[in-house]
Amino acid sequence: MDYTYTLFIPLVPLFVFLILGLLGHKMPPIVAGLIGTLGLGLSAVLSYFTAMNYFWTSHVPETAYTSIKGFEVPWLHLTEKLTIHLGVLIDPISVMMLVVITTVSLMVHIYSIGYMKGDPGFYRFFSFLSLFSFSMLGLVLATNIFQMYIFWELVGVSSFLLIGFYYEKPSAVAASKKAFIVTRFADLGFLIGILMLSFNTGTFDFQTLTDPHGPAIAQAGGVAFMGMSVLTWSLIFIFVGGAGKSAMFPFHIWLPDAMEGPTPVSALIHAATMVVAGVYLVARLFPVFALGAPDALHVVAWIGGFSSIFAAVIACTQTDIKRVLAFSTMSQIGYMMLALGVSGYGGEEGLGFMASNFHLFTHAMFKALLFLGAGAVIHAVHSNEIGDMGNLRKYLPITHITFLIACLTIAGIPPFSGFFSKDEILAAAFRDNKLLFAIEYIVAGLTAFYMFRLYYGIFWGKKTHYHHTPHEAPKVMTIPLLILAFGSVFAGFLPFHNLVTSDGKGFESHIDWMIAIPSVLIGVLGIAIATVMYKSETAIPDKMAQSFKHLYKWASRKFYMDEVYLFVTRKIIFRYISMPIAWFDRHIVDGTMNGIAGITQYAAYSIKGLQSGKLQQYAFVFVSGTVILVLIFVYLV
Amino acid sequence: MNILNLFVIIPMLTVGGILLTKDLKQSRLVSAIGMGFQLILSFVLVYLYLKERQAGNTAAMLFTYDALWFPSLNIHYALGVDGISAAMIALTGIVVFAGIFASWKMELLPREFFISLIILASGVFGFFISLDLFTMFLFYELAVIPMYLLIGIWGSGPKEYSAMKLTLMLMAGSAMLLVGLLGIYFFSSPDPHALTFNLIEISKAHIPIGMQRFLFPFTFIGFGILGALFPFHTWSPDGHASAPTAVSMLHAGVLMKLGGYGAFRVAIFLMPEAAHEQAWIFLILTAISVVYGAFSAIVQTDLKYINAYSSVSHCGLVLFAVLMMNQTAMNGAIVQMISHGLMTALFFALIGMIYGRTHTRLINEMGGLMKVIPFLGVVYVIAGLASLGLPGFSGFVAEMIIFVGSFQHTDLFHRVITIVAASSIVITAVYILRVVGTLLLGPIKNDHFLHLEDAKWYERISTITLVIAITAIGTAPYWLTDMINYSLVPIVQKLSSIQLTSLY
Repeated sequence: MDYTYTLFIPLVPLFVFLILGLLGHKMPPIVAGLIGTLGLGLSAVLSYFTAMNYFWTSHVPETAYTSIKGFEVPWLHLTEKLTIHLGVLIDPISVMMLVVITTVSLMVHIYSIGYMKGDPGFYRFFSFLSLFSFSMLGLVLATNIFQMYIFWELVGVSSFLLIGFYYEKPSAVAASKKAFIVTRFADLGFLIGILMLSFNTGTFDFQTLTDPHGPAIAQAGGVAFMGMSVLTWSLIFIFVGGAGKSAMFPFHIWLPDAMEGPTPVSALIHAATMVVAGVYLVARLFPVFALGAPDALHVVAWIGGFSSIFAAVIACTQTDIKRVLAFSTMSQIGYMMLALGVSGYGGEEGLGFMASNFHLFTHAMFKALLFLGAGAVIHAVHSNEIGDMGNLRKYLPITHITFLIACLTIAGIPPFSGFFSKDEILAAAFRDNKLLFAIEYIVAGLTAFYMFRLYYGIFWGKKTHYHHTPHEAPKVMTIPLLILAFGSVFAGFLPFHNLVTSDGKGFESHIDWMIAIPSVLIGVLGIAIATVMYKSETAIPDKMAQSFKHLYKWASRKFYMDEVYLFVTRKIIFRYISMPIAWFDRHIVDGTMNGIAGITQYAAYSIKGLQSGKLQQYAFVFVSGTVILVLIFVYLV
Repeated sequence: MNILNLFVIIPMLTVGGILLTKDLKQSRLVSAIGMGFQLILSFVLVYLYLKERQAGNTAAMLFTYDALWFPSLNIHYALGVDGISAAMIALTGIVVFAGIFASWKMELLPREFFISLIILASGVFGFFISLDLFTMFLFYELAVIPMYLLIGIWGSGPKEYSAMKLTLMLMAGSAMLLVGLLGIYFFSSPDPHALTFNLIEISKAHIPIGMQRFLFPFTFIGFGILGALFPFHTWSPDGHASAPTAVSMLHAGVLMKLGGYGAFRVAIFLMPEAAHEQAWIFLILTAISVVYGAFSAIVQTDLKYINAYSSVSHCGLVLFAVLMMNQTAMNGAIVQMISHGLMTALFFALIGMIYGRTHTRLINEMGGLMKVIPFLGVVYVIAGLASLGLPGFSGFVAEMIIFVGSFQHTDLFHRVITIVAASSIVITAVYILRVVGTLLLGPIKNDHFLHLEDAKWYERISTITLVIAITAIGTAPYWLTDMINYSLVPIVQKLSSIQLTSLY
């Protein structure tokens, strides 16, 4: 089967970006919006077609899914062995990601026509969205790790541009800078990892790298440093890049601030697509991790597990609805990382791999839905603070129902999709590591609790008096909500265990009720507690906060991670490194140069008197010199 | 007639033409025509070069021309280009062309200004096409001397001080260089009657290792001063801050490249053994340049100082890569020279245009300019993103080639120093985003800035030319790197053929 046409999936948004970027300011806003949306629509249609084709139409049943290079050209020759190529790689995870990205992106495009209406930067917004879609699609289709790095940087910059979209707001500018610099720092790790991996294996190519009999996994043996092999080290470095993009602890600090961007952007980039790039990266290199470097995989599992509980605790205390969702995203991505980390390779061993991708898919649907719903709420009340909301279910019926569906989905209540994907993750964790399994159980309860705290805070709770009666969003915004709600409800029935598996072969999977029932119960418990505390205004939340004063304070201040970073950047880098270096340069290095010049000048002034041009002086010096010489000769010699 | 001679003749004719003009309008027109022609000629040269290679010409240097000039010392006017110098000539053509348009409104003594500028340019062109060390040195001086006048007369701020400092430091470099070049000449052949300045002939001969050890530092530092080698870089911030826009563009864009190119073509190519022995010292110095320049840029408040320190960092990477002495890293060094030349010229052009409107270069006094001058703002962001190494622009390509190339050395010293240099990509992001955030974004700080005019047509020509070049290299780097790679093969062969004692 020829997959060359998949090349157009990223190229159409690129073309749209160029058109809107160069000519957008001359168009009426609605035209710019339509061009953007139609372009993305075309990409989406092509992606669905590819998915149909790859998974069903052209697939021979009972065989494994293989990875196919749809297209590839050399781009840059580096050394004899290493050449950077650009191309498209078609395999189960890339096709799945195509569907996720184009679906969510299309919904966000449609939604934004309503949400961004009247904004002076309307065309700019759509051109950036197209740039992002292009970069993200290029990232998932990458045939080699260097191409992935190229697009990795491009999604970083699109994210930067979109977070700082309201560039007149200093807080948005600061947030965009922070996001870019923190992820750039992590990308340095990614780059070093790529350099190490490619030097030792002689290739960038994913197909060669992930080949179980290829050069990468053959490197697994040997100890290089601190008891781990070169391969392990390079994968850990690569994972640092993934952790940065996916907002894993300790690189997560940029994600809450990134909520300064317009809400549709948060839905697209900071919930459904870009932030899962780290998960995708690990999944992409999964055979290398699983077969060549289990130690690196343990790092992935523990970072994922820790991030998920860390973020869940913080989410319980935040009052900005977008920040609650941001920490929830971090927590859910932690789940995905953990699932990869506890997974093995091949067949049922690869349950975690499948579960991670499954959860990535369902999470994209329900988290985009939550963010877009939050956007509709913000659109109605013009505030992000939970305190300014309450009792909105009457005013925003569609938003209310879809938001409730999303909350039930993320809480893991059957038969919504989150139940299925979360259950697979828990089952995978149970097999591998009981401690991580226990942590994830707690996180499941916390998730249900903070989501319903949010839900009740917005749609129930106290009677709030609004200056303007809040009204439901226009159809162009509610229709995407309904479509995504549909996805959240039914995505769980997709046969992921036959489609997206670690080795391409399907395996039998069924729900393990011994794990599922307790997990549903703990979810229900979380909901129940939230209902008691927040459904109507009570004093319980304040009492709780009082009795866990310190924990509450630490959690609401995000465990002071921001302060730590500020200390490092402001104090250490700026004041104790950069300032002294700049001073040293001006006063010591340059001072030396000026000093040399000064000495030369001083010497010149001092001896300048000798060249006075006065004949008497010359005669005087000459005669006295002669006299002195004569005296020396007479008396000393 | 040999095409390379035109690269010297056209600037001369242009200077002659300017002498006949009366005012600014005429002299800038003549300059633009002359340098526009030169730009076309540079691309014709690249085209002819590639055609000749496709036709199967495998000589190291093409379009060679040789005339004996000073028989008693065997000095020739010898010309020739390979892929590397052809690429550098194309860079010079672009930057000079953009520079003319950036000084479209030079009111003070316009004729003299354009004459000095074009003499400077002709020195640079002559340098890149010369094969004879003495002629090369002569062109080098021809490029450095007008700098004194250009800064001293048309500069701003403490211009006399800066001009004097820059000239004296570069002259000190020239003096060291002269020692190096004469030393190379006297040991260019065992036969005292066959001494030569010709680069290709010397490269076939063998300079005694003892002499190399002595001459290499002179030559390398001599060129290194121009390439802003730590700790001899301090002329750069002051010089750039005082220089008028076009001079900063030309100086940072192409003149500093003479340093990198010379270090590569003369110091390392002719004295490979000494280069291998002493590389570690200079690797440490250049790695310091890279990181130190970037850190210094973080705290500067004057736009030109920020960019000058950024140049120290980026040019440090050029010398760093040259010293890695393998094909990939050297290729990266050449691409980085071109990339940095284009980016920094763009930066200085933009800074000049912004200064012309706001009359300040201090970032703290500005803010929110994106709103009032969107064209310049967007181009500034593009220049910044290119500078911090975003894929799609030339900086990324150059840096990646350098890092991959440097990583081919397996010993710990090279690994560590490569990672240290690579960490500059993060620090670069910090200072670039700081400038963009303070200067262009955020609220407008000063009401006077509300009525600024966006770019004029000549400013657009200047900036768009550079942006196109940066994106062309960034999106389709293979034509450039392949051209350079081909010419690097004989050089790398020579470097690897020498007997390597265990050095590390």
